[in-house]
Amino acid sequence: MDILQMLVVVILLVLLVKPLGTYVYHVFSNEGNRLDKVFGSSERLIFKIIGLKRREGMGWKKYVLSFVATNFILAAFSYLILRLQHVLPLNPNGTGSMEPTLTFNTAISFITNTNLQHYSGESALSYFSQMAVIMMMMFTSAATGFSVAMAFVRGITSKGQTIGNFFEDFVKAHTRIFLPASFVITLVLVALQVPQTLDPTLTVKTLEGAMQQIAIGPVASLESIKHLGTNGGGFFGVNSAHPFENPNPLTNVIQILSMWALPASLPYAFGLFAKNKKQGWVIFTAMMCLFIVFLSFAYTSEKTGNPALSALGIDASQGSMEGKEVRFGIAQSALFTTVTAAATTGTVNNMHDTLTPIGGLVPLGEMMLNVVFGGKGVGLINMLMYAILAVFICGLMVGRTPEFLGRKIEPREMKLITVAILIHPFIILVPTAIAFMTDLGQGAITNAGFHGISQVLYEYTSSAANNGSGFEGLGDNTPFWNISTGLVMLFGRYISMIAMLAVAGSLMSKRHVPESLGTFRTDNALFTTLLIGTVLLIGALTFLPVIVLGPIAEYLTLG
Amino acid sequence: MKADKKKTMLSADAVKQALRESFLKLNPAVMIKNPVMFVVEAGAVIVLLMVVFPAYFQSQERLGFNIAVFLILLFTLLFANFAEAIAEGRGKAQASSLKKSKQDMSANKLIGESVNVVSSTELRKGDVVIVSQGEMIPGDGEVIDGLASVDESAITGESAPVIKEAGGDFSSVTGGTRVVSDQIKVRMTSEPGQSFIDRMISLVEGAKRQKTPNEIALNTLLISLTIIFLIVVVTLKPIANYLGISLEIPVLIALLVCLIPTTIGGLLSAIGIAGMDRVTQFNVLAMSGKAVEAAGDINTMILDKTGTITFGNRMASELIPVSSSSIQTLAEWAAISSLKDETPEGRSVLEWMKKREMSFQEAVAEGGEFIAFKAETRMSGIDLADGRCVRKGAVDAVRKWVISQGGTIPADLEQIANTISTLGGTPLAVAVDKELHGVIYLKDIVKPGMRERFEQLREMGIKTIMCTGDNPLTAATIAREAGVDDFIAESKPEDKIAVIRREQAEGKMVAMTGDGTNDAPALAQADVGLAMNSGTIAAKEAANMVDLDSDPSKMIEVIAIGKQLLMTRGALTTFSIANDVAKYFAIIPAMFMLAIPEMGVLNIMNLGSPLSAILSALIFNALIIPLLIPLAVRGVAYKPMSGAKLLGRNVLIYGLGGVLVPFVGIKLIDFAVQVWI
Repeated sequence: MDILQMLVVVILLVLLVKPLGTYVYHVFSNEGNRLDKVFGSSERLIFKIIGLKRREGMGWKKYVLSFVATNFILAAFSYLILRLQHVLPLNPNGTGSMEPTLTFNTAISFITNTNLQHYSGESALSYFSQMAVIMMMMFTSAATGFSVAMAFVRGITSKGQTIGNFFEDFVKAHTRIFLPASFVITLVLVALQVPQTLDPTLTVKTLEGAMQQIAIGPVASLESIKHLGTNGGGFFGVNSAHPFENPNPLTNVIQILSMWALPASLPYAFGLFAKNKKQGWVIFTAMMCLFIVFLSFAYTSEKTGNPALSALGIDASQGSMEGKEVRFGIAQSALFTTVTAAATTGTVNNMHDTLTPIGGLVPLGEMMLNVVFGGKGVGLINMLMYAILAVFICGLMVGRTPEFLGRKIEPREMKLITVAILIHPFIILVPTAIAFMTDLGQGAITNAGFHGISQVLYEYTSSAANNGSGFEGLGDNTPFWNISTGLVMLFGRYISMIAMLAVAGSLMSKRHVPESLGTFRTDNALFTTLLIGTVLLIGALTFLPVIVLGPIAEYLTLG
Repeated sequence: MKADKKKTMLSADAVKQALRESFLKLNPAVMIKNPVMFVVEAGAVIVLLMVVFPAYFQSQERLGFNIAVFLILLFTLLFANFAEAIAEGRGKAQASSLKKSKQDMSANKLIGESVNVVSSTELRKGDVVIVSQGEMIPGDGEVIDGLASVDESAITGESAPVIKEAGGDFSSVTGGTRVVSDQIKVRMTSEPGQSFIDRMISLVEGAKRQKTPNEIALNTLLISLTIIFLIVVVTLKPIANYLGISLEIPVLIALLVCLIPTTIGGLLSAIGIAGMDRVTQFNVLAMSGKAVEAAGDINTMILDKTGTITFGNRMASELIPVSSSSIQTLAEWAAISSLKDETPEGRSVLEWMKKREMSFQEAVAEGGEFIAFKAETRMSGIDLADGRCVRKGAVDAVRKWVISQGGTIPADLEQIANTISTLGGTPLAVAVDKELHGVIYLKDIVKPGMRERFEQLREMGIKTIMCTGDNPLTAATIAREAGVDDFIAESKPEDKIAVIRREQAEGKMVAMTGDGTNDAPALAQADVGLAMNSGTIAAKEAANMVDLDSDPSKMIEVIAIGKQLLMTRGALTTFSIANDVAKYFAIIPAMFMLAIPEMGVLNIMNLGSPLSAILSALIFNALIIPLLIPLAVRGVAYKPMSGAKLLGRNVLIYGLGGVLVPFVGIKLIDFAVQVWI
């Protein structure tokens, strides 16, 4: 039954890939199509207002400049709102100004699509902040990631000098994808009894006669974009485990699919751009294979439970239910955890801190790889980066200098890719080591020993992968953690994006090598295997020693 | 000559020289050029310091282990240096034999009308010298007067002298070659120190070796992997400290050295040097490593028909009797007329007979008088002792001759001759006195084995285009017979360059061979241009490879070498990276087993003790370098086949093998190491 539950969701996802991927392709292909009739007029109005009548294609440098500048302005704007929320309207609960380092962390966290929360939404944010900062950036950060991914795909699949116009992509991502989709999902969630109101916190009298505060607010609208945009920042501190955010198994499945479907459909859209659907499926299959492995580990480990508890004579037949919601059970929790870490959403419907060691290793591992579907666009970019690496290493073995999609991989591309593959382990391992060397870092750990290592490692991995889920349990609202994770999120997001756009720019201007019998084919099962192998050998082995000291040591010493 | 050029890889002298070089290359200033090995060297120095000053590092009780680690690291470095030195040594040996032909010599310089004897080093471009029988040509130049046969064995290895004459495509001479007959006037075309031989020496010595783009890109990847593992290992110490596990520095260095790609890092330059060397051993001189790599990437190959695909001589391929005669009669007379005919056409008729085991009465020709072919008559033949006259030659010439003898012309002759012409062949009529017996169908014969080679090329994904001056029909016939993909008939030199540009515009890499001056622009335009050594200086300057044997079909071998070079690089990189899996399983449990005994589960190889596990992984890491030197220098086995098949095969051997081999290797080494601990 458990397995059937998970299987149904996976099958639904696979069925969604083709229609969604086709839709995404039509949104960004910049060729006239039927969608223009529906969205054209409102977009033209927006373009007119922002003075973007002639939407000329940009080179990669201009594209980078445009998206970084746009993001910077949005982040600065958000920083001011959070600092001044006590004097701004829509603050019925009288929430005060946010502390500077926490504001720094929060602004970066949301502009980078990470949504790492070192605060609790219901007590630290006014409704205005929730809507103008949190929700606004949930849209813009997702749209930014999507735009960059599409620009990257255009670069590696087309000839010419330009990779598209950032502002046009950015607007279209909103008008044609995120706004309509979140509108629909919001209505569905409201129908399924998720609150959507501007009323202040309810104060009710309980049966015993005590007074209880029940936080409510515009939850459903935040909930929809939280998942659609793979953001993950919850309205409430406990995120999707809260009954108002995620009241029942049906909303749970809707949330899983709404965060998973768009990233999963991108490889298909990539295949359409590359005019080779098989190429898209190869990327998708590699992602799916890794996903299934992770899911199996998560489910089996949680189902098996904690041997230490069984040893005490406690009935463990239910599996490890600590930190999980009974309305979801093991299967829905394991699936949610695997998806949220895969899509780097970071939303949680169970507490990852209380997962079994191997169960906790699953989200950690997925974020370390950051290629199993991945967040808005970033997962596809990363997987394509590994594809280029696989082509570079194995492609030589057919006796030709390596080429991907008909373009030669040469020193310039390798230098840029080097930057992108270096940055991820660097911003995870170095801060982790620093945290362990200082009292400031060590002070936050609530479980000493191997689990403490997992806690710290998880926090930085989640930041670096722009996931945002917390292992929780870590007392992380201190200047040390706010600033260090803030920087990690910043570097994790922008350095690799810029490097990969540069790769796209450089590949685009290359002479296109036609395919022949001697070509290294990248659209078959063998390449899928090589791609997975490359991800595991280069991505995973890097983190093996530290994982051995964290979750694996914890697992081995458990029984 | 070719055989003795292929020296055995390990002559005692070469090994001695390479051993010396291995130590000299330990110099950090040299080592820094190879960042991967430089990290190993830095690690070795740190461990050495711990060995020399144990008190300072408080490493007294681990002295033995530290000494072992230091020695293994030292050998890792020496092995990598040795690989490079051996590869370089092979080139140097070749260079020294070339240098012998480059001794200072005297030259007869022509100043005005007088001849002055000067040293060859004083000759400048444009000077004119006279070279007589037995003298060495003092430098690269062009024959401006005279004709001589020249022994070029010093550079080509070919002992038969070649004819050089003023004007035309055989006017270029190379310094260091010897005139064996006659006397020529030569105008110098190069400054001293820049001659062909000078360039050749510096090329085979590897002095001017520049890294190719692919090598640079691969090096970038290797450096980044090194940095990643440096981060992994450096950050591991504070993280382990938190758990109260104190990791010793030599152990961390061992882990680092095992993880960074030392195998490919140590062999990378050897692979490149050896690839160039293999090309040289094929008697092809590549001007850069880039050209060799480019050869591996070729999509389209442009070949001249004559001399490359066909023998260039027309040969008898069929005998067609007219209706009034029979094949046997025709064959007999054709053979008799050719008995004393020394032209290739004549000999081909006899060969044709022999191949079909047809016999004729040689006695008939006894005492006959041979009539040689003349341009005026366009016939040859024999006047037999019994008075009969046999003639063989151009159809209209023979027809006129028969009519003049009073004979009649068979009605179907015209049609037979026309059919042969339209097929691209040349008809030769055979007549005896008044009677015309039939026609010999002469055609250009495709060299044996060419069809199979084009088949192989097609499997490799390479398109072949044949260039010929023949008319389209003839060209189509030969193209079909040889199995080339495309042809250009009635081609002029400009056509070649147009084809190259057209193919390049489609993104293809194009290779071509050529020898004439009018080939030079096309050779320069092509991505890989292979000039014949017998060709003109202009052609050799424009090309990026020169074939010393002047065999145009050698392009196919050059392509194979290019592919082999790239494959070797890819295979060893894959192998090196795949090795990490086993090394992790050896070292990680060993590092933590003392503090966390449960880690023993990860010790899947069941290695004796933590110390022996670390040493075994390290020893394996060092030994794999010399074990792979032969592979790096010789290149991985290569048979022409499609990309998909090649990949499948190589992934299996070097990818999967790379994962599995170290498990076995480390386990075996561990058995030996345990004895000592």
